[in-house]
Amino acid sequence: MATSHFALHQPQSLSQALDLLEMHRASVRLLAGGTDLVPKLKVGALKVANLVSLQGVPGLGAVAFDEGQGLVIGGTARLAQVAALPEVKRLYPGLAHACSVMATTQIRNMGTVAGNLANAAPSADTAAPLLAYDARVTATNKKGSRDIPLAQFFAGPGLSVLEPGEIITAITVPPPPPKSGSAYQRLSARSQVDICAVGVAASLSLDGQGRLAHCRLACASVAPTPLRCLEAEEMLSGQAPGDDLLDRAAQAAAAAAKPIDDMRASAAYRRQMVEVLSRRVLATCLAQAASLAQAQGGAA
Amino acid sequence: MAPAELNLTGTKVGCNQGDCGACTVLLEGRSVSSCLTLAMEAQGRPITTIEGLAPSLSELHPIQEAFVQTQAVQCGFCSAGMIMSAKHLLDHNPHPSEAEIRQGLSGNLCRCTGYTKVVEAIGVAADKLGGASAKEA
Repeated sequence: MATSHFALHQPQSLSQALDLLEMHRASVRLLAGGTDLVPKLKVGALKVANLVSLQGVPGLGAVAFDEGQGLVIGGTARLAQVAALPEVKRLYPGLAHACSVMATTQIRNMGTVAGNLANAAPSADTAAPLLAYDARVTATNKKGSRDIPLAQFFAGPGLSVLEPGEIITAITVPPPPPKSGSAYQRLSARSQVDICAVGVAASLSLDGQGRLAHCRLACASVAPTPLRCLEAEEMLSGQAPGDDLLDRAAQAAAAAAKPIDDMRASAAYRRQMVEVLSRRVLATCLAQAASLAQAQGGAA
Repeated sequence: MAPAELNLTGTKVGCNQGDCGACTVLLEGRSVSSCLTLAMEAQGRPITTIEGLAPSLSELHPIQEAFVQTQAVQCGFCSAGMIMSAKHLLDHNPHPSEAEIRQGLSGNLCRCTGYTKVVEAIGVAADKLGGASAKEA
């Protein structure tokens, strides 16, 4: 039923995959989970002569955590795989939430985190929490690998700084600092299955005096790319958290959003919800961090 | 996928866009939208369709039995996908709550809107599969 004809290449190693990308660079796309790509091929929204499947490339499908490096999500690791890892649930609850509620079970069983980022949809559910965790994308080409901070990865709707010939081989998320908390919340008009209309993620940690040692706030679906709210982060950093401060930070996040009216929500609603969700995720993060601070207090 | 060529016509193509779940099959034990799966990508990997659930030609799988028993089938077009999603859900969570069942079916649409009976059927199936001792636990 696909309306276009293409050649499917199924390399069995990363170097073969990179060679194929290079060889067919005039018209080639990578195929990972296929959940965004295949529908586009079916309706003829995308015409491409060559698909390079990453399924057979060994070593890309793993998700692993270690205390030194943090969380490493392989280039073909599926959303459901990330959601199921106990360390993700425990240490990266915002990411766990995104990976367990976005789309449907079937799509989460197929779709990959790397694909979600590479498609660079402004609404990408994994993007906001990964921005809040200061994740890095490892892009590999025939010459080697480079690490791209996720905050510098998105270039516009559907656009990233990935260059032709590059493959996302891993996404690395640093280990959370002690006394930290993180969260992601999303809204969509119909149900969770729908693409998110607004999403907000945050992560923060407390210092010995109970001040905010570091803070990140990131939004999805409210700008041409997933968005870090730098003004709000600066406002919070180094401060003692209180209701008034969180209110002002949430307002700053709403002011930083550049939402549009579309079929999923109006710009005005989106902006207002950035404020509401920012306030909620910050409160959730603080509660987590405070409870960890209490638990770790004796040791500190 | 080519169900007609294999004479396995139970799996239905609904939206053909990965939204409706009618085409759900298990690929390596995981529920996937077969309409988004290129046949060549599935080569050499175990696939279970609705035809593969029943233990024999004269018996139904407990999930299928439960669908019959609770009359969870209206027009039947979504049923194969619903049952495969239920299989994936119960494989991972043998005693789901009603909310978890609904969550597990969130990728399956029924245009007859007959969700109540389907949710009930999966609860009945969980009991059948779990047995009395597991239920008490």
